[in-house]
Amino acid sequence: MLYLTRKAEFAASHYYHNPAFSPEENLRLFGKCNNPNGHGHNYMLEVTVKGEVDPRSGFVVDLRQLKDVMHREVLDAMDHRFLNKEVPEFAEQIPTTENIAIAIWQRLESKLDRAKLHRVRVYETPDLFVDFYGEE
Amino acid sequence: MGVESTIKKSTVINFSMKAHLSRRYLFSASHRLHSDAMSEAENQSTYGKCNNPYGHGHNYTLQVTVSGLVDRQTGMVCNLVDLDGFIEREVLARYDHQNLNTLQEFVREVPTTENLCIQIYEIVQRGFHHAHLERVRIEETMLNAFEYAGEGRV
Repeated sequence: MLYLTRKAEFAASHYYHNPAFSPEENLRLFGKCNNPNGHGHNYMLEVTVKGEVDPRSGFVVDLRQLKDVMHREVLDAMDHRFLNKEVPEFAEQIPTTENIAIAIWQRLESKLDRAKLHRVRVYETPDLFVDFYGEE
Repeated sequence: MGVESTIKKSTVINFSMKAHLSRRYLFSASHRLHSDAMSEAENQSTYGKCNNPYGHGHNYTLQVTVSGLVDRQTGMVCNLVDLDGFIEREVLARYDHQNLNTLQEFVREVPTTENLCIQIYEIVQRGFHHAHLERVRIEETMLNAFEYAGEGRV
């Protein structure tokens, strides 16, 4: 088994708010992330796939295909977007880094040909990141 | 049509999903690697310049990884404010700008980064209950790093 990781960067804005909570409770829980006008990050996405090396090509996965899928399924949807308002997953769910990692996993999982998705890692900042390995 | 169905399918997030969250912190400290169980010559050959009697310092990067189910209400594994507050109070306040050899836990143990990793793991494991501790990683310099996951896998 071999693991291959491809990175991509996207910039997006978001804010944290749960309409089920009072304004005070939202502010207490989410602090400055609750500002309804949003704020932004440069997210770094790392997608790790795993598989056996194809004896003919020497590849685990066709890197160009992986790059194309990441662009089509993730960057086209999330890069330079306001996640709460423009990405359907976050119409009702809060676009925390946790939920972004899960949403990216779900967007990618069925789109890969040979290789199997192993991990989605999303850096919100260089000092904060989330790993998602799929449903256990 | 392909795009439409993709979006519809992917809008369902199942919240019995477990994620790992990692946070990085910086602290600076000095130490000297020296074991009373060894002769001067053996200390010198084992620890080299780290055995310098006056000590030396590092900018350590601490990476704490916790895991848990993503909370349906908040979208979080745990509130970062809680994790940051705990690490600030219980770890950074203890180690930042200190000489590690002067601390109680390193009177007998050599303050290698391996032992520091274990100490910090145990502090977090004992006191932080908002999420499950997966592992502690410390980068002593940009070129070397240590990880401890208790009985779990790194």
